[in-house]
Amino acid sequence: MTTTPDLTAEQRTDAVRTALAQADPGRHRKDRVMTVIIYGAFVLAMIPLVSLIWTVLANGLERFDWYFLTVSMRGVFGGMDAGGIYHAIIGTVEITLGATLISVPIGILTAIYLVEYGGGMLAKWVTFFVDVMTGIPSIVAGLFALSLFAFFFGPGIRLGIMGSVALAVLMIPVVVRSTEEMLKLVPNELREASYALGVPKWLTIVKVVLRTSVAGIVTGVMLAIARVIGETAPLLLTVGVIDSINYNLFEGRMMTLPVYVYRQYSQGYVPCNDPSAVCIEDINFQRAWAAALALILIVMILNLLARLISRYFAPKLRG
Amino acid sequence: MSTTAPPTGKARSRSASGRAGDRGMNRIFRLVSTWSGALILATLAAVAIFLVLEAWPAISLGGEELGEQISWFPEDTSIITFVGPLIFGTLLAAFLALILATPLAVGVALFISHYAPRRLAQALGYLVDLLAAIPSVVYGLWGILAFAPIVYPVWNGIAETLGWFPLFEGPAADPPRVMATVAVVLAVMILPIITAVCREVFLQTPKLHEEAALALGATRWELVKTAVLPFARSGIISGAMLGLGRALGETMAVLMILSPGFLYSFAIFQAGQQQTIAANIAAQQPEAPPLGVSALIATGLALFVITMAVNMAARAVVARRKDFSGAN
Repeated sequence: MTTTPDLTAEQRTDAVRTALAQADPGRHRKDRVMTVIIYGAFVLAMIPLVSLIWTVLANGLERFDWYFLTVSMRGVFGGMDAGGIYHAIIGTVEITLGATLISVPIGILTAIYLVEYGGGMLAKWVTFFVDVMTGIPSIVAGLFALSLFAFFFGPGIRLGIMGSVALAVLMIPVVVRSTEEMLKLVPNELREASYALGVPKWLTIVKVVLRTSVAGIVTGVMLAIARVIGETAPLLLTVGVIDSINYNLFEGRMMTLPVYVYRQYSQGYVPCNDPSAVCIEDINFQRAWAAALALILIVMILNLLARLISRYFAPKLRG
Repeated sequence: MSTTAPPTGKARSRSASGRAGDRGMNRIFRLVSTWSGALILATLAAVAIFLVLEAWPAISLGGEELGEQISWFPEDTSIITFVGPLIFGTLLAAFLALILATPLAVGVALFISHYAPRRLAQALGYLVDLLAAIPSVVYGLWGILAFAPIVYPVWNGIAETLGWFPLFEGPAADPPRVMATVAVVLAVMILPIITAVCREVFLQTPKLHEEAALALGATRWELVKTAVLPFARSGIISGAMLGLGRALGETMAVLMILSPGFLYSFAIFQAGQQQTIAANIAAQQPEAPPLGVSALIATGLALFVITMAVNMAARAVVARRKDFSGAN
């Protein structure tokens, strides 16, 4: 930064800029118009998204309390001021856990295959079809689980584990992709150092490669869970709806949070004819909003946890 | 490799023996991971096979028998003429949503990557990622309970002034459980997804390209037009395709908002005109007889094929563009 006595560098830049601007004002008008358009696009896009969060908060907080979280819908009917989402939380947690248990080992092992062993024709096909699998619509995954179990156990079957299978189909490609990215980040020097010490390849993968990338892998898995935990359509098809608590993943219908939201919404307004009894006309919508709030909170918490994990436990590569 | 200097001959022989030592745990581990890779191919094949297996009864039967046995199956139609309007409705909803969302998403992504102050931009980036994770059933709930009640005057106004255009043909339905509402809600839903991809790509624009543009005296918009957008074109396309895939397969928002119909109709302000494959499956499946489920699975198969085609097309476009872009 050298300063001349009469003009600073900045002032000279400004002078050049104004000279250029005067030479061609059309370009600057266009620039200003585009700036306004882009700011406008941002504001326009934020309106519905902010409105969405605001409505869920405003409508959901009313019923969102400890009682709502800890009771089921068993014996709740009409406009009764009762009922909660306990059974739906149980179902969502168990089914998502099932999906995670199925998809994480397959996903991680596949990523290991692609990064550490792959290279042949099979690896190319796997990469391609993982991409294809990313695009499977969730309802098709639901139909797949439905057909698979209907084929072996007869039509009309509804089990929690069917939902897990459907969600696992949706989760696997996400887990493979993110794990693959993380494994590729592990520097080759670490592997070579391990080989140089005479460590066999499988032990190198387990103790060096996976150990280095574990934070990233956990983050990827949690983001994958956050993605499938809100899936409604496949669970509606395969797990069905129920009003009472069912802890058993392998027997009978289960309730899940997203399906609960839909179910409460679709039951609509309650006709209140008897003035003596406690009856809330829009009780179902209130429950739907509160359950939607619970669902959003779960997804947000998973997302934030994933971010925190990747921030604080990221592999520290010192030279 | 340059940091250490072991006798190269020995190192080679050791690594060679390491490769040859493919037994015990080494062998097991290699086989297990290879098999899980193959399992993914098997899963995808199983998806296709079981869908075809379960759809076969409906595909092989004539339309008349289907009509007799399934109460909601339209008379005098085969499975092909049954699925036709559904495919039309699915494509219409998805493309309308895509047309609404893509320009906005590019704008928002540009705002976050090149216009907003640095610190605000990072917070907005997180916000967009979080919004992309909100479950679709919540978007559906918002669409029907919060958005639809206020949007009728707008639709009515458009239908009255631009009604001569087939897409905007009136009269607008009230309550607006129509395709236009669905398209807007779908657009809101896929907006964060497309934005997230676009932002990621915009941020990867080589700094040198941007600085070169600025050095030539480019305004901010010219910088975006000459350096950022050409570089990001394939990224924008793949983001849009990702959004399109989501919109094609979206069930809940459509199911909750749209009043269904089985017509080849462009009238997006009228109720009872179109229906999408996914929403139709979710609506009919709970009370469908076995043959009805089979017919629904056949429509699901059609959806599967459509989304696969869209995906592969997108991938082909992106792969071809990559060769021409300055990304490498």
